[in-house]
Amino acid sequence: MSVSEGVRIALRALAANKLRTALTMLGVIIGVGAVIALMSIGKGAQQQITERIRGMGTNLLFITPGSITQGGVRSGQGQAPTLTLEDALAIADPSNVPTVALVAPEITTGAQIAYGPTNTFTRIIGTTPEYQEVRNWRVAEGEFISRQHVDARSNVVVLGANVAQTLFGSDPEASPVGQTVRINRINFRVIGVMEAKGAQALGNQDDMALMPITTVATRFLRNRTTRGGTLVNQITVQVAEASAMEETVQRIGELLRQRHRVVQDDFVIRSQEDLLNTANQITGTLTVLLGSIAGISLVVGGIGIMNIMLVSVTERTREIGIRKAVGAKRRDILIQFLVESTLVSVLGGVVGIVLGIGVSRLIAGARIPGVAAGTAGLPSVVTPDAVLLAFGVSAAVGLFFGIYPASRAARLNPIEALRYE
Amino acid sequence: MSVIRVRNLVKIYRMGDVEVHALRGVSLDIAPGEMVAIMGPSGSGKSTLMNILGCLDQPTSGTYELEGLDVSRLSDDELAEVRGKKIGFVFQNFNLLPRMTAVEQVELPLLYANKPVPGKTRRQRAIEALERVGLADRLYHRPTELSGGQQQRVAIARALVNQPTIILADEPTGNLDSRTSAEIMALFQQLNREHGITIIFVTHEPDIARYTRRIIHIRDGLIHSDEPVLHPATADPALLAGSSPPIAGRSREVPS
Repeated sequence: MSVSEGVRIALRALAANKLRTALTMLGVIIGVGAVIALMSIGKGAQQQITERIRGMGTNLLFITPGSITQGGVRSGQGQAPTLTLEDALAIADPSNVPTVALVAPEITTGAQIAYGPTNTFTRIIGTTPEYQEVRNWRVAEGEFISRQHVDARSNVVVLGANVAQTLFGSDPEASPVGQTVRINRINFRVIGVMEAKGAQALGNQDDMALMPITTVATRFLRNRTTRGGTLVNQITVQVAEASAMEETVQRIGELLRQRHRVVQDDFVIRSQEDLLNTANQITGTLTVLLGSIAGISLVVGGIGIMNIMLVSVTERTREIGIRKAVGAKRRDILIQFLVESTLVSVLGGVVGIVLGIGVSRLIAGARIPGVAAGTAGLPSVVTPDAVLLAFGVSAAVGLFFGIYPASRAARLNPIEALRYE
Repeated sequence: MSVIRVRNLVKIYRMGDVEVHALRGVSLDIAPGEMVAIMGPSGSGKSTLMNILGCLDQPTSGTYELEGLDVSRLSDDELAEVRGKKIGFVFQNFNLLPRMTAVEQVELPLLYANKPVPGKTRRQRAIEALERVGLADRLYHRPTELSGGQQQRVAIARALVNQPTIILADEPTGNLDSRTSAEIMALFQQLNREHGITIIFVTHEPDIARYTRRIIHIRDGLIHSDEPVLHPATADPALLAGSSPPIAGRSREVPS
């Protein structure tokens, strides 16, 4: 018997029991739908994070302090008080590292910002004018921190879109630029508002305020090295050309080791690619995790198929006996029932794929409370490989869970099967 | 040469610790074109003999040659192939598949033929077989739409379609009234006479056995007697008028 004959027989058998077939398929439909929907969320998160990292700028290197070991206790990365503003200046010097285009050091802290009766706690980033260029992030209104502001340690602040919204949102006509806000009981003049970047998986980029790095170093964090350098949390370096990335990493490494007088690195240099790889690893794991959870329901659906196929084999014992009496071999009976279970599963898989894509669209369109206003809900992307995977797995599930019932049918003794009532 | 040549057939069933000797050494020859009845009370071993002759079961010992081929030591799949090629079954309860039309029922053995028969040829041969049993006007009826006699005719057409060496009929009239029984027996006689098909009946009704030309009695797993029928009964010739379907519409049975 050919497989196409088997498909014909199976379709008739399935059509004869429509409700049962539909309910059996439902298990697979839900399983495949869940796999597609959840994997689309994972893939969506991955795509979004990738875009954000790429959107930070081009050819970037991120230098952060390394970890320190003190009294046998190793602290976390970025804790060592090693990286200074003076390091940033040295890196920016073309005679040290000629391939560097721009350098933006950062000091990060947190503070309460108050405007009239409203106030908010936010992240304060002290930086230099290059920040705007390096991070590819412009002011929407007003101006950015200038060289003069840095030199004069001016009490000026550029607000993130979120902070501006929180403090001045009640009056849409009034511009925050030119207003005075109080931070740590000191008056700061608002000189600009950054354009909104939107929420991302790892916090909201718009929930921050920028100040001249010198202002933060004198007013907020007075941490110094033993040699009197001003400590920074991170130095972002833009390399002139993509081809010079590796060379630049090496040169900066040499320079910093020399400046810090260490043999072993007390700092970490990561490129944008490194960040991307790490993020992809995390989101990849997330996707697999979500997919596996959904996969469990697919297995449950498969068990449902096996259950119904066992019932079906018992019900059709006499039919099997008749088929064997007129010359059907074991293989013929095996194919008949395997095709039937695979067909249920594959049909369910197709419906499930459609359902999963629909659910994924719904998730992408939905606004979820708690996520910042102005941003869409969870991102979700249905990739062809997820669809192929779901389809393949559903076919495999039907085949696998059909093997036992089908082999039971094939092994039936024709005499007993014919006598079965 | 015999179509069926059986020597010292023994069949022992094991039911737990008890051994049941269903056949205790049966030897038998059946020539081509014979019409034989195997009779015996229940428990005599006639069903066991029929299962073995039909290649549904295998003897514990002894040999069974079907057209010179020893089939007593074949694998399950080899037996299935022999059944498909050389044996046609007719059962007491018809054993048709539910929801299938008459033509599809008759096509079934061709579906499992070793050499694939193309769909069109299958349909054509099935229609021919149904015409031979007088059901040309019931090709697309399902079992529930047919009377008992018509259902049995479909089963006979199914048995015929592969042009088997032998037809095994197990109480073929057991579920039919006496008039329909006579019609079915007339059909068997016609097939035997016109096409020379070897037909073996398994029955306990002497009424049916008298239509055959040889009666074999089985008792306690052994052949008790083997006698020719000197004057076989002939079914009412009126029922056989021509080869046209005489039965359709005349059956008094209510479709089951």
